[in-house]
Amino acid sequence: MASSETALAAGQRARGLAPFLRSQMRNIAPFLTLIFLSGFFALASPSFATLDNLGNILTQVSVTGIIAVGLTFVILCAEIDLSIASIANVTGIAVAYFTLQDSYVNIANIPLPGAVAILLSILLCALLGLVNALGLTVIGIPSFIMTLAMMQIAAGVSALLVRGQIAYKVPSLITTLGSGSIGGIPWLVIVAAIMLLGGHLVLTYTRFGRYVYMVGGNREAAEYSGLNVKLILGAVMVISAVCSGIGGMLGVAHFGSAQQNEFDTYLLDSIAAVVVGGTSLFGGRGGIGNTIVGLFVLGVLNNGLDHVNIDSFLKILIRGLILLAALVINVYAQRLREKAVE
Amino acid sequence: MREDRSPILELQGITKSFGGVEALRGVDFALHAGEIHGLVGENGAGKSTLMKIIAGVHTEFSGRFLIDGQERHFRSARDAHAAGIAMVHQELSVAPDLTVAENVFLGNQPTNALGLVQWRRMAREAGEQLARLGLDVDPMSRLGDLSIGLQQLIEIARVLFSGARIVILDEPTSALSPPEVERLFTTLRRLREEGTAIVFISHFIEDILRVSDTVTVFRNGRKVAETASAATSKGALIEAMIGRGGEALEHSYSDDLMLPTPSDSPVVLKVDQLSLARSLKDISFEARAGEVLGIYGFMGCGQQELSRILFGKLKPDAGTLAVEGTPKTFASTAAARRAGVALVPESRRDMLFHQEPVYKNISISILDRISSLLLKPAQERDIAKRQVEQLQIRPPVVGLDLGMLSGGNQQKVALAKWLTYPPKLLVLCEPTRGMDVGAKNDVINIVRDLRAKGLAIIVLSTEPETVLSLADRILVLKRGALVREFKNEPVSKDRLLEAA
Repeated sequence: MASSETALAAGQRARGLAPFLRSQMRNIAPFLTLIFLSGFFALASPSFATLDNLGNILTQVSVTGIIAVGLTFVILCAEIDLSIASIANVTGIAVAYFTLQDSYVNIANIPLPGAVAILLSILLCALLGLVNALGLTVIGIPSFIMTLAMMQIAAGVSALLVRGQIAYKVPSLITTLGSGSIGGIPWLVIVAAIMLLGGHLVLTYTRFGRYVYMVGGNREAAEYSGLNVKLILGAVMVISAVCSGIGGMLGVAHFGSAQQNEFDTYLLDSIAAVVVGGTSLFGGRGGIGNTIVGLFVLGVLNNGLDHVNIDSFLKILIRGLILLAALVINVYAQRLREKAVE
Repeated sequence: MREDRSPILELQGITKSFGGVEALRGVDFALHAGEIHGLVGENGAGKSTLMKIIAGVHTEFSGRFLIDGQERHFRSARDAHAAGIAMVHQELSVAPDLTVAENVFLGNQPTNALGLVQWRRMAREAGEQLARLGLDVDPMSRLGDLSIGLQQLIEIARVLFSGARIVILDEPTSALSPPEVERLFTTLRRLREEGTAIVFISHFIEDILRVSDTVTVFRNGRKVAETASAATSKGALIEAMIGRGGEALEHSYSDDLMLPTPSDSPVVLKVDQLSLARSLKDISFEARAGEVLGIYGFMGCGQQELSRILFGKLKPDAGTLAVEGTPKTFASTAAARRAGVALVPESRRDMLFHQEPVYKNISISILDRISSLLLKPAQERDIAKRQVEQLQIRPPVVGLDLGMLSGGNQQKVALAKWLTYPPKLLVLCEPTRGMDVGAKNDVINIVRDLRAKGLAIIVLSTEPETVLSLADRILVLKRGALVREFKNEPVSKDRLLEAA
């Protein structure tokens, strides 16, 4: 039997590099995109490849990164969450709503101690996530539709809280984490890094993380293995909402204001970061590592386009085209892998 | 009289193989206008393969294919359709969200000069056609709201009234109630009078004998008999299907097998008056520790639904389950697993993670036993290695993606995931389907070992051999009802087929 095992191992080796690379296409392609984009902008603009600018890029992707942690869980389960930006917005507004504002701010708010304000805001986003979870698992509304409704609901709550006004003050802890820095490194970047690391550890080393991958890989099989699929799906929706909420609170501090529609671009950016990084929209493949690469691709792209002389209206189109290219690669990588397995 | 006319369809020396396995070997087959031709044979005997060749589904084969004496070679099902051949496949293929009328006219709706669908005309004509089948259904109602039997009849109606000269029906009666079967037969007889040639495949031999003029029997990819229906009997047909004599490699189970005295060990599962829509009616039985209970029945008899209910995947409309005396209503498969029930379904696609390594497939159901929060991959691999060795899974590499394994080995992995912490009740659907003899014997031995360990095991299968080789007691399920129990008595394939 030992000999058959070595023969088999040899066989696997003999099968060679090409199939291995094909099966790893999902991870390789985004990385190549990142290297290509960085190289291009470094050549095109002398101000791009500097340490200062790296700091800029990191700060620019941090809020997206925090939101994308939760979204990675959702997409790994082959679901989607379209309410992330709205939930981020409403949570950011809520934490300001519970903070004493300057007298010129015309919002009938409820000032509370900072810790209570933060706690209430996190409860709010968790609650909204729970509504998503119940709609998806108990009622059986597809996540695409359920979270589309939640997008409106959260935007509605935001509108009611600020009534077209702008709030500026948030609890001091949030101010520090969102706009302060330590030893020259913004706290925002540190928080994003910690949350990404945490997400990675949960997905890779915990039982729950394994369940997320298995449910995404084959939901029927997960059910036939006696997993509580609905509980897992519900949990990822709540995780996504809470990550969005944290991103929203820090984002408000980072921007210096809390107002309606502040986070609208973060929906597409977060989804793009996760998918461009190579996490499969069909579930079960990818992870936080991919999301980090995706964040950098997006960050380099957004930042680099500012460094080269380019029609600012064309930038939107270019972003769209790059997103499309990444989606095409995503689908093809899935097919290549399936072929490699079967 | 029929022999005087030349056949409208004639096949000569048809041979067809799938990946080196011959599904048909030199089969001759002729079909005449105005004839109902019954086909019988066990699962995998080659009936469906032959019909799919006729219907243009399988296009690669050797042999001659003649229609009206002209040699033809279809490249697709469209070609066959154009030649006037239509088939109702075993699996229901309807559009549940469209209306009944749209389903009857699927792909063929009457349109006016502008290309707009003539709804009123379509509804009227659909109503007329369905009335010929004795169906009083509102043509504008949504098809999915009707019972499965009615849906099946409407699919049949679509094919019957499509104007085809040759109509092939594969297991058309499996989901029909007796009056529905009667109406179908009346229609078939009328179409026969009008000159349509009909092929009727069924496991229900009484049905075949009642409606067909000629019967052809298949066994192991060969045509073994063709006879006038009036000149044969159920017994003779079953004998021809199974085959006497020592030509079969495997134990043929044609001789009587003595079932043991029922054990009086504790009852693990008690099922009482279980019903599910039109799939199951008043099912009651018990499964005991250290006993293998076989449940035999034809395709579509309700086995699948029953197994899903036992594992909490489907909820019954009525009836109760009790595990070791405690009544249970499983809210999820997770609840069933915690109560000590395990299921290995018949489809490997549904139960395994093809893109994940073998060890993760084996450990998935027991992760909560070996780790509370953090995974223990080393332990997972150890457990998987032990199972791979015990079940002789090939290749014995637990890190390999499951999809790289052969079907039989995948099936063993599906079993392996329940064996480290054995459940109280193990439900196996088609545990040996599609396996070679060696793998089959392995599985049989595994099941016997588990029985010796005191598990209650339920084996559901549409293959009599599977049930006969494993079970201590056998229940026969027919159209959703338990019709016969074999215990402490001689049983054989003939007797099982006879009961079903």
